[in-house]
Amino acid sequence: MKKIIKGKCYVVGDDIDTDQIIPAEYLTYNPAIPEERKMFGRFAMRGLQEKSRGLPQGGIPFVKEEAEKSEYRILVAGRNFGCGSSREHASICLRESGIEACVAEFYSRIFFRNSVNGGYLIPFETEERLLEQVKTGDELEIDVEHHQIKDVSTGKTFRLKPIGEALPIIEAGDIFKYAKMKGMA
Amino acid sequence: MTLTEKILARHARKSEVEPGENIWVDVDVLMTHDVCGPGTIGIFKQHFGKDAKVWDREKVVIIPDHYIFTADEKAHRNVDILRDFAKEQRLPYYYDVGGEKYKGVCHIALPEEGHTRPGEVLFGTDSHTCTAGAFGEFATGIGNTDAGFILGTGKLWVKVPPTMRFVFKGKLPPYLMAKDLILWVIGDIGVDGAVYRAMEFAGEGVQSLNIEERMTLCNMVIEAGGKNGVIEPDEVTVRFVKGKTKKPFEVVKNDPGARYHSERVYDCSELEPVVAKPHSPDNRALVREVEGTKLDRTYIGSCTGGKITDFIAAAKILKGRKVKVDTFVVPATTEVARHLDEEKIAGETLRQIFLKAGANLGDASCAACLGGPKDTFGRLNEALVCISSTNRNFPGRMGSREAQVYLASPYTVAASAVEGKITDPRKFLA
Repeated sequence: MKKIIKGKCYVVGDDIDTDQIIPAEYLTYNPAIPEERKMFGRFAMRGLQEKSRGLPQGGIPFVKEEAEKSEYRILVAGRNFGCGSSREHASICLRESGIEACVAEFYSRIFFRNSVNGGYLIPFETEERLLEQVKTGDELEIDVEHHQIKDVSTGKTFRLKPIGEALPIIEAGDIFKYAKMKGMA
Repeated sequence: MTLTEKILARHARKSEVEPGENIWVDVDVLMTHDVCGPGTIGIFKQHFGKDAKVWDREKVVIIPDHYIFTADEKAHRNVDILRDFAKEQRLPYYYDVGGEKYKGVCHIALPEEGHTRPGEVLFGTDSHTCTAGAFGEFATGIGNTDAGFILGTGKLWVKVPPTMRFVFKGKLPPYLMAKDLILWVIGDIGVDGAVYRAMEFAGEGVQSLNIEERMTLCNMVIEAGGKNGVIEPDEVTVRFVKGKTKKPFEVVKNDPGARYHSERVYDCSELEPVVAKPHSPDNRALVREVEGTKLDRTYIGSCTGGKITDFIAAAKILKGRKVKVDTFVVPATTEVARHLDEEKIAGETLRQIFLKAGANLGDASCAACLGGPKDTFGRLNEALVCISSTNRNFPGRMGSREAQVYLASPYTVAASAVEGKITDPRKFLA
């Protein structure tokens, strides 16, 4: 597990559901086939409404037209990120687009599980309403060990909640590696 | 312990569990479909080997249902992957497209085929797997990775959820349906009001519902973030399940001293028909507050709103009347579709009633509930205003991001179809 995660952030609001993260029309690609899996990066966050695309101002594409990946590494969201369907394509598309970590107030249960058990990205939680204090394009630096996030662009720092029970799975890599370590699979 | 805690404890081979505890449970049924099945199979093969066998072929159920009636080649290819896997693993419960065995929407097909039983643990690669809590079992949605893990091991870790209890006093008035009840609840607690928790429904209002209406209640707990919805089994449950399967099962009930996270009590006689306005299932309004909102389309279908009870309700209002806007009727399963030709109201079958009213009838599948490929039946391809008996209205859910979707009971949808604008069903249910 990386100790420092660094990069530009993309900011979205509350209750961003999986239809906005990856609209259903793209779910015909099979993530088990590498060439098709790559396509998910291109379509990540395509379902956001114009005003919700990159807060606070909106109208900022997450992935530029014709690009395969996003320029952003950290996704900042409000409450209940990833609610809605159980499609693992949501965690997969963020990973394929280049996202390494999300920082939200809390997540929908299934999105959190998928992200951790599949080892796609680290879903950090914070008690602060980060989406009102950082803006899309800010350079963030997450200090994983010290549960801290710094906005390099403004110098502000924020506390992250400890990862908690999911940490052993994140450290192992995914649920399969974790189960192997525990002698279960 | 609550019913949910008891089921999980038994499947973890423990005498007791506490909310918040992480446990490994034995899985009774794993269900997957055409959207998440191919990815699940890929993960299973990647981690257990290309010649690996599933942990128990009697416990795997595969039901293609999402993208069936489309020209999309990848959608067909995905069904081919399911078919090949079912053949290779000799799975007895694969419901193939294009033949006699084809079913349609998985959450309705599961109980029709006897795969939902009280006291069991069911996981499915679809968030609406929680529907099966109506049968007094623990049922919840998972992703491809968890499902691939189960295919190889028959186990999964879960965090025991605390239970929120919702009690409905008195019987439902004749103009209300289970959809109104669950939209009330979601409107009260919000789309994140039950994250990581179980939602249990009880009281006379729930006990007097038929099994399909109970499924509607449990279906939408995920719209409040709930992990599972559950209803304590009674005679209605047991009679239904025994009619579908010979497999033995054990009814699990709440202990008298069960501890709940919270309890909310509703008096059914005080409730009114409601809608969820765009763009969130918790954006509740009374139908009379939005009455007159102009519509372009109405839609009756899906796991939550495309069962036979839903169509009988819609037909009561549509009989002898004409729709004023495009109206799409999509039975959840082929069995529901057969019932459209068998159920009659005053001499006319439901199908005849819908066709005479001017509605478009589709084939059994998830169809436009989740948008899907562009050529999907009923899909909102532009900025249309639609009222629908489905379960989600997040931006873009039924197709275009510019579309506006109101969620409502089949009564309210049918009444609105007749008027071409949002209409209180009490107008037609005197």
